[in-house]
Amino acid sequence: MDRWTLAEENDVSAIRKFLSRNLALVTTALIFIALFGAASRMYDGFFSSRVFVGLLSDNAFLGISAVGTTLVIFSGGIDLSVGAVIGFTSIFTATLIEQHHIAPGLAWFLALAAGSALGAGMGVLIHFYRLPAFLITLAGMFLARGAGFWISTESVGVDHPLYTKISGYELAVGSVVFPSNALMLIAVILLGYVLAHHTRFGRTLLAIGGNEHSALLMGLPIGVAKVSVYAVNGFCAALAGIVATFYTGSGNPSMGVGLELDAIAIVVIGGTLLTGGRGHIFGTLLGILIFGTIQSAILFDGRLSSWWMRIVVGGLLLVFILLQRFFLRRK
Amino acid sequence: MKLRAKSPILWPLAGLVALVLLNAVFNPAFLKITVLGGHLYGVPMDILSQGSRTLLVALGMTLVIATGGVDLSVGSVVAITGGVCAVLLQDGHSFALTIAAALGAGLLAGTANGVLVARFGIQPIVATLILMVAGRGLAQLIVGGQVIIIKGAAFEYLANGFFLGLPVAPLLVAALYLATHFVLRRTALGLFIEAVGDNETAARFAGLAATRIKTCAYIFCGACAGLTGVLAAANIMAADAYRAGENMELDAIFAVVVGGTALTGGRFVILGTAIGALLIQTLTTTMYNLGVPPAIAPVPKALLIIGVTLLQSEKVGRWIGGLWRRKTT
Repeated sequence: MDRWTLAEENDVSAIRKFLSRNLALVTTALIFIALFGAASRMYDGFFSSRVFVGLLSDNAFLGISAVGTTLVIFSGGIDLSVGAVIGFTSIFTATLIEQHHIAPGLAWFLALAAGSALGAGMGVLIHFYRLPAFLITLAGMFLARGAGFWISTESVGVDHPLYTKISGYELAVGSVVFPSNALMLIAVILLGYVLAHHTRFGRTLLAIGGNEHSALLMGLPIGVAKVSVYAVNGFCAALAGIVATFYTGSGNPSMGVGLELDAIAIVVIGGTLLTGGRGHIFGTLLGILIFGTIQSAILFDGRLSSWWMRIVVGGLLLVFILLQRFFLRRK
Repeated sequence: MKLRAKSPILWPLAGLVALVLLNAVFNPAFLKITVLGGHLYGVPMDILSQGSRTLLVALGMTLVIATGGVDLSVGSVVAITGGVCAVLLQDGHSFALTIAAALGAGLLAGTANGVLVARFGIQPIVATLILMVAGRGLAQLIVGGQVIIIKGAAFEYLANGFFLGLPVAPLLVAALYLATHFVLRRTALGLFIEAVGDNETAARFAGLAATRIKTCAYIFCGACAGLTGVLAAANIMAADAYRAGENMELDAIFAVVVGGTALTGGRFVILGTAIGALLIQTLTTTMYNLGVPPAIAPVPKALLIIGVTLLQSEKVGRWIGGLWRRKTT
């Protein structure tokens, strides 16, 4: 056989292999391109780097918590407490810095530790006591929200030089300007990518999500992995709360109400299987971009009211879940 | 364990009695019921009135959980039907048509959930999450993003009226509980639901129309949520798409779990759910009486639910059982 055709065939089969492995990812990318293209055609000025970066920076804290949620969903679990943890963290750090004059670094450390500890605690209850994840994380949501309001029922403004410095920071790459929260989202996504797809921990999570019993029989440390993933998610949510405080310049205990639903929707739109065992962190990035595109398009339009956002996200969720269902059935 | 198996309502009842006694000790006026103009008033009556909505949502939720599922969309359905009521009444439609439309909206929502779960085999949490997300948007669409004030004597009677000296809403809910109990326990229907929840495949092989039974449970739950939307709108005489039914799914699930229905499905205790819902409402009222800010009120509720589920978990059950045996031998 000729060497050239062999090489060509290899190329074709490699592409085919890539497509069949990443079908969900490719579909999601195409949907994003189609949506962004349609919005660019319909609205003047939509097709610009400013709008594109805005997709990331406007949803930075939502995106950061969506990365944690992705990992939990990989393992076949669910965490409904992230929105409440964001609210708690934001008021917790703001109060510590403003009213107790604690150094921001220490306040962030305490907040991240609190978020991780709550997550780990829920993970222990879910794994070792075999309690349903949604119920325990609902209880966790009540706890975190209540604790946030306990600290303060009103929002506390943060006026610290470090906050002004960080929220004002911008990185210019060519003509594209990335604000600090967009950079943090990108960093978290890259970290999440390494954790999910290039470590033993990530593979264990996917194995648990695929079939927990098989994972146990394979000798994988499922207890450690399951408790850790809820702790990692708690960490991500706390980080998201800190980033949200940069973004708004204040801590507010009612921040992030219902955010967990958006995070789950983003993960599902990104092609991750809600039953666990299959998915990609970059899918979540695409999910954030799709979510942001719809949001920006509604803003650009000006005639549509904000509630259309919820309806469109719900509709997308329905379409994606049905697609997942029928793809699975065929296999 | 045996004791619990014999009488599933023992623990929730003990909890309710303990909470009421605690209240009565610290606040003697707690149990006082006064008769004013032939109507009964007092804290227990308030608990019944305020708790009637949680009771009604929890009734539907009991059946869904008994099939091994869960319905997260009830809060959104409450907001939708409240909106439907307000818009129809504003346009001058009759009371009967309004109630029928609200009930229809609830039935429709329940059917959507039921089809997704039973026919397409999607996980209940995920399937009902869709309506939970989209539903609140739909509710806001229906009322045009505004809080619509409701006027109408018949509507007000639902929330604040009295029948034979007793408040109407709790009476209505009690009647529904009795009807549901008799329909399920005096026919084989209740057993069918438990069979499907326990082992769907086995139930199907035994000749049960498992898909239809499951769908019906979600439809019933949607109808209950629809009626709750009517009661919730009547309670504040307005439709608030943002706040109506907020966190109601949590209260309902809590009531069902506290009442002794297994979250894994296969067993339900309707009376237990009623006691669970009253327990949660009493807890809420107690905290208001103690002056706990409403925003912090969720914390004790969360601790209660963690405690109750831990008690129901096998591991802790075995541990307690072990303690018991060691003591007796």
